[in-house]
Amino acid sequence: MAHTDNEPVEFSSETMSKMKELIASYPEGKHKSALIRILHLVQTEKGWVSTPSMNKVAEILKIQPIEVYEVATFYTMFHLEPVGKYVFEVCHTGPCMLVGSDNIIEYIENKLNIKIGETTTDGLFTLKTAECLGGCGYGPLLQCKYKFHEHLTKERVDELIEKYRSGKYDQN
Amino acid sequence: MKYRKLLLENVHIPGIDTFDVYRKNGGYRSVEKALKSMTPDEVVEEVKKSGLRGRGGAGFPTGMKWSFLAKPEGVPRHLVCNADESEPGTFKDRYLMEKNPHLLIEGMITSSFALGANLSFIYIRGEFMYVLHILEKAISEAYANGFLGKNILGSGFDLDLCVAPGGGAYICGEETALLESLEGKRGNPRMKPPFPAVKGLWGCPTVVNNVESIAAVVPIVNEGGDAYAQIGLGRSTGTKLISASGNLVRPGVYEIEMGVSVEEFIYGDDYCRGIANDKKLKACIPGGSSVPILPHYLVTKTAAGEDRLMTYESLSDGGFATGSMLGSGGFIVFDEDQCIVRNTWNFARFYAHESCGQCSPCREGTGWMEKVLHRLEHGHGNMRDITLLEEINKKIEGNTICPLGDAAAWPVAAAIRHFRDEFEWHVNEREQSQKRNYGLITQPSVAV
Amino acid sequence: MIKVTIDDIEIEVEPGTTILNAARQAGGDIVPPAMCYYSKLPGTGGKCRTCLVEVAAGSTADPRPMPKLVASCSTTVMDGMIVKNKTSERVHTNRGGVVEFLLVNHPLDCPICDQAGECHLQDLGYEHGSAKTRYEEKRRTYDPIDIGNKIKLHMNRCILCYRCVHVANQLTDSRVHGVLHRGEHAEISTYIENAIENDFSGNMIDVCPVGALTDKTFRFKSRVWFLKPMEAECSCTKCSGKAVVWMFGNEIFRVTARKDKYGEVENIEDKTAWICNDCRFDKKDTSKWNIIGPRSINRHSVISQGKYKTNMDKGPKKIN
Repeated sequence: MAHTDNEPVEFSSETMSKMKELIASYPEGKHKSALIRILHLVQTEKGWVSTPSMNKVAEILKIQPIEVYEVATFYTMFHLEPVGKYVFEVCHTGPCMLVGSDNIIEYIENKLNIKIGETTTDGLFTLKTAECLGGCGYGPLLQCKYKFHEHLTKERVDELIEKYRSGKYDQN
Repeated sequence: MKYRKLLLENVHIPGIDTFDVYRKNGGYRSVEKALKSMTPDEVVEEVKKSGLRGRGGAGFPTGMKWSFLAKPEGVPRHLVCNADESEPGTFKDRYLMEKNPHLLIEGMITSSFALGANLSFIYIRGEFMYVLHILEKAISEAYANGFLGKNILGSGFDLDLCVAPGGGAYICGEETALLESLEGKRGNPRMKPPFPAVKGLWGCPTVVNNVESIAAVVPIVNEGGDAYAQIGLGRSTGTKLISASGNLVRPGVYEIEMGVSVEEFIYGDDYCRGIANDKKLKACIPGGSSVPILPHYLVTKTAAGEDRLMTYESLSDGGFATGSMLGSGGFIVFDEDQCIVRNTWNFARFYAHESCGQCSPCREGTGWMEKVLHRLEHGHGNMRDITLLEEINKKIEGNTICPLGDAAAWPVAAAIRHFRDEFEWHVNEREQSQKRNYGLITQPSVAV
Repeated sequence: MIKVTIDDIEIEVEPGTTILNAARQAGGDIVPPAMCYYSKLPGTGGKCRTCLVEVAAGSTADPRPMPKLVASCSTTVMDGMIVKNKTSERVHTNRGGVVEFLLVNHPLDCPICDQAGECHLQDLGYEHGSAKTRYEEKRRTYDPIDIGNKIKLHMNRCILCYRCVHVANQLTDSRVHGVLHRGEHAEISTYIENAIENDFSGNMIDVCPVGALTDKTFRFKSRVWFLKPMEAECSCTKCSGKAVVWMFGNEIFRVTARKDKYGEVENIEDKTAWICNDCRFDKKDTSKWNIIGPRSINRHSVISQGKYKTNMDKGPKKIN
């Protein structure tokens, strides 16, 4: 599990000020509570959560780096390896499976020519599966950049990939 | 059946997610009523009278939970709303928060007042980040209009309300794991006792309630606990949000009056309108993936031949032998083509993935069950694997720190109990069962 | 003082005592095993579930039995409580289940493991384990890693008791290792190679109930049952200097803290006698130690050689 990547990392001033605001919203001495949300901020800015980023977060929160690693590796939303610009996380738990998530996953695999866990060669898309995303009545569904895309069909997937590719979802 | 919706009544009003529209439609009345004319104990008393039972899954009476809260002098108390909705089959809280965020915030203010909490939290699963932004916008509106902050409505009551996200962990729906996560740690459930009511968030007395329970406090305070208790049936009072999913004509979130029959719910025009694609009902999980599955002949009728109703009592009629549980109201329906073995494996994979790994029966047992079920489902199983599953099950159940172990064990036990023939079919007819996996044939099921 | 009955033996203990500690006060074979609880490390316990016991009566005031088995290390006794440990068939079955769970992914590499002979999992496997495994799957494996330059971590053997994490938290000034990932993929690990040495980090080895954390200076040198444990002391500025040196002839092979019959580091003059890394790793010369005399071994495992054999002759242990 040892990572040798030790290059220092900087966060944008916008991210830094959001972090400071967050830390200030907790009572004195309880600043570690901000950790999970800070990791979300890091991932939003950098696309993934690298070891140097985690070390930097530890420095900002004045905690040991291991405390950050322990948390970041526990929660599955954090990408600890580099990923594509857009990560498709397709729900594959029971209710979604009942309405065809397996077919959707297979379709995306073929369409993008990648397997689960892989990234397209152009670095645009990563395909992952996720356990229940909490949209069981609207399945099959996937999440990308905190957005839900529900009632997926092959046509919807085509459309979705096109829209992401052309940057239509990049605003807001 | 004629009834009034209490929680979803206004969700279709355009702009209900803004403070002004919400207020014009009678919003924040419960805060005014409680803060201006009631004592905190009187609010607790109304909730007790209402018979409201925790909507997160366990069904523990909310008023009683509130009365357990320790109140040592000089120690802050906290109310934490559990919006970590992650139980497969359950998506009601997301719907409620997304459509009507002020209802939850109103419930949080009134409930915090009742509990004497001055700093309260809504812990929401990280995947619902967009809902978190909706809630934060609503919270800032509530601050701007004097319903949050110092000296609310001149009553002397102060309240700060924050939203905190998780990062993708089902286990954080367990209240002590949730508190750990809220403290910025791994979501490992704590040893109990001490219970959160004595030592919760940062060691302070804390109440953790589901979104729906807190939202239900609003109509309870507005109309009185007795009026609320009139709705529903017996000890299952009030209305309940049911998340319907699976092979239904119209899946979605429904607010039902407790006591509606399961038959009405599945086939009625006001509800799910039957099984999709004119297929037949094969099985149903009535309360989220953790509760036992029911074969079709036990879904609409109990073993005694009575109508099965959507109440805590009726759904659990017959115990685990012939009944199930209302749980969180995650109503998952299977049509005749679905494979129970595949589904059981799928849920076992879910629990293995979501186990925190702290205690050995759950860490090793859930992974083991997943592997055995994977083998069975993919045509490499043996008859002794079925017995093995039952034995692993018994060794996990009741021996873990938190209920995740039970939640992982029950569905497997129930699937084998009611659908043993399908498991055996996967062993005896390996090739056939694999063809079914690829959609080449449908299962010649005995159950339908 | 309150009264509690464990396996028909009545004991009086201070209020607030846990069932496990009450049993330890009485001693003998009514004491449940403990793989994760460590009385000298606050916060440990509750995780391994090997200490599960049956509570047949909650208290005099409320004599109802508890529906589930409870973790004796983290359940406090009540006046009039009746506990069943070795007299309970249910406990025996379920403890066997827990041991099976602990062993499914364990490599069973005792023949090359330095912990063999003083391993608590070995003891448990002997008492409760089955001769055959029902686990047909591939066991999970990890590469061994170094935690600092004196400690080897074999994650394959770990049972995730969290004791070493508590040692690092409570005895050292900065923890560099911890539990990463979750579920069956949870592992003790670190992202930092060649972690900075800390004076007391070596105590992780002593608290580890299995062979996950071992002393690199003793690696493959000998089997513990070939060595003579001798009580010894030295003048040390960092720790009490009271230790056990494990000798073969006149050579010191390894140094450990003094441990009691539950495998826990002893209290000497009311303080837990943790030893520093200098004493543990660097003082292998007899001239550095004042050797007091043989350390009596009050153990139940392979290390007390003959006993192991006699038990084998008698066949597996039966409940009364």
